Amino acid sequence: MSRVVTLKINDQDVSGREDESILQVARENGIEIPTLCYVEGLSAVGACRLCLVEVVGVARLLPACATRVSEGMEVNTESERLQRYRRMIVELLFSEGNHICSVCVSNGHCELQDMAVKLRLDHIGMPYRFPVRHVDASHPRFGFDPNRCILCTRCVRVCDEIEGAHTWDVMGRGIASQLITDMHTPWGESETCTSCGKCVQICPTGALFVKGKSVAEMTKRPEFLPYLTMMRNRKSMS
Amino acid sequence: MQLEDLQKIAEERRAADAALKHVMYVCTGTACQSSRSEEVLKAIQAELKARGLEKTCAVRPGGCQGLCARGPMANLDNGRVVYQRLTPEDAPEVVETLESGPPERIRLDSELPFFKRQVRIATQGAGLIDPNDLNSYIAAGGYHTLLDVLLHRTPAEVLQEVVKSGLRGRGGGGYPTGLKWSTVAKALQTPKYVIVNGDEGDPGAFMDRALMEDYPFRILEGMTLAAYAVGASQGYIYVRAEYPLAVKRLQNAIKQAQKQNLLGSNIGGTPFSFNVEIRLGAGAFVCGEETALIASIEGGRGTPCPRPPYPAESGLWGKPTLINNVETIANVVPILQHGGDRFASIGTAKSKGTKVFALSGRINNTGLIEVPMGITLREIIFEIGGGIPEGKKFKAVQTGGPSGGCIPEQHLDMPVDYESLTSVGSIMGSGGMIVMDETSCMVDVAKYFMEFSMAESCGKCVPCRVGTAQMYDLLCKISEGRATLDELALLEALCDMVKHTSLCGLGQSAPNPVISTLRFFRDEYLAHIVEKRCPAGVCQMKPEVVEVHS
Repeated sequence: MSRVVTLKINDQDVSGREDESILQVARENGIEIPTLCYVEGLSAVGACRLCLVEVVGVARLLPACATRVSEGMEVNTESERLQRYRRMIVELLFSEGNHICSVCVSNGHCELQDMAVKLRLDHIGMPYRFPVRHVDASHPRFGFDPNRCILCTRCVRVCDEIEGAHTWDVMGRGIASQLITDMHTPWGESETCTSCGKCVQICPTGALFVKGKSVAEMTKRPEFLPYLTMMRNRKSMS
Repeated sequence: MQLEDLQKIAEERRAADAALKHVMYVCTGTACQSSRSEEVLKAIQAELKARGLEKTCAVRPGGCQGLCARGPMANLDNGRVVYQRLTPEDAPEVVETLESGPPERIRLDSELPFFKRQVRIATQGAGLIDPNDLNSYIAAGGYHTLLDVLLHRTPAEVLQEVVKSGLRGRGGGGYPTGLKWSTVAKALQTPKYVIVNGDEGDPGAFMDRALMEDYPFRILEGMTLAAYAVGASQGYIYVRAEYPLAVKRLQNAIKQAQKQNLLGSNIGGTPFSFNVEIRLGAGAFVCGEETALIASIEGGRGTPCPRPPYPAESGLWGKPTLINNVETIANVVPILQHGGDRFASIGTAKSKGTKVFALSGRINNTGLIEVPMGITLREIIFEIGGGIPEGKKFKAVQTGGPSGGCIPEQHLDMPVDYESLTSVGSIMGSGGMIVMDETSCMVDVAKYFMEFSMAESCGKCVPCRVGTAQMYDLLCKISEGRATLDELALLEALCDMVKHTSLCGLGQSAPNPVISTLRFFRDEYLAHIVEKRCPAGVCQMKPEVVEVHS
């Protein structure tokens, strides 16, 4: 049994259960904290670092998605410093891959693009890295363009935790990290992929897309996830 | 094996040694082995046999004598004579001069400050223990503490002793060991685990390697004591695969200890059981971070995860786990043997005991030392280390590897403890000390460490994955004279951001070498940027290069 606690987020008194994260409690109370790697219904990995918040009495910044609330906690989600760091993180993401919105099928409904707008990012101050990355179009229905991948690993988690196939994983380390299917075989030849398309729908950018769709048609539909989570909870309760 | 058996073995051994005229230990650590110390050992043994002296003189494989620069080293009659730079061809001469003393060429003054200024706790025994032989360790007092504790003291008393000692984590963080132990002991879930972190990866650091190679039984005994104190039943030693000798000796030690019932079920006939297995690292620096290390032991990708929950609460397979560095564990037996008060009497107010340092770089006495906390850097470098070779001028000392910083001349008289080193922008780290003279360029040094952090970043979080790569590119530009002052400002902004937003210690400390060199050697950066020249003459300027992307 989890206890109910009260805390302050941006000077607003809120209450939450001890097993909830700062992010969950904040969102329940209409306080927006930006995220890219976090999706409700998947495990929190704290990788994108956009949801970092200040907690009074803690020297480090803490990821709201992976930090549980506690009694008397005082959280600040909107300081000048946090905004600066968030903008730099998004700048780093843009400089890392080859994000060219004008030729991207997700232009207009891309979470990375939206995040840049929300954080009022008007230019990229870091040099672009222009990596050479090859598109995997071997799957009959879907495509994977690693140039647009931000390594949020949502696809890896949804494939493993929800679909149970674990087709996607990360290979390499550091700046050379990349997504792979199976043991680095082309997606179309994957023996584990069930072609369910959950990875495509959960992908925040145009890295994973449905083939043959126009920019207007290629909107992601991640709504299946809250639904599946709700049904699973109901099943485990009954 | 019971306490009486141990005492019997120890007495017999000591009596046998006392009957010998001479006992010599030849270092068989990795450094000396690389300069043929095993051949030296065999040659001297063969020479003794040829002269029929093998009954009165013993020559044995031993541990590190410290002064790796002068290896292969050997130690005769408990430090009476120290040999240096031995070769197999020296064997006849060594045996001939056992009584009269060896010629100057292979003799090392055993009164050198290098030997006299050291205080040995973790390296107790000074390498005069055969690392392959359990009885040799028992003769040096080994395993007496464990059996005594298992029979006569409660886990709470052991915890109390470690708390009293004031021992702090030697892996770099300096977290109080007693507090860590009592947190794991308090945890309700079972089973509990003890992990010894031997994934030493800092460039220029080889303390843990030497401890695992020379005192494998002490690590096992310390681990078992830790397990008894926190209530664990299974232990793992995580060693990097690049330390084959350490792995071999630990495996051998586990086997011998199990055979003598000093490890396994019902240790020494008591109800306490504890098993140890070795896990090999696959070459990732980040696996020295505790959550990544746990992921690696579980068989997953070695990537860290956010803390809390800390491993003490939810670690290996979600169970309470105690993770200690090799050197921390090596201090446990001496603490329980001589009492926590004695350990606490050495060192400074907040940093107790001794610290093992690995000296390397532009220093005369490259090697391994153990010194009390609170000693000054000047004493370490100029007295123990013998100063800078070729009469060059000292410039900076780098501590803490890629997570640490460079300390310049003006701070050399500062006492070495966790807080002081942090106050000048470096860290204690695991104990690597790289000394640099005027021929080193600090921009180049920062670039080197950033390249290391970039290559070793796991790639999970954005600031570390992309930030280290961007910082490395900027440092390359600066070192080649192609950067502007705006880019220096960008570098500083990136340092601040990566330091505060990264997920684990690797990213959080990756900017430290840049921050500390900028703090003390900003003029060198400016010389590269504004004057397009490298004051030390290390960096090659390529200002005319225009970037073209293919």
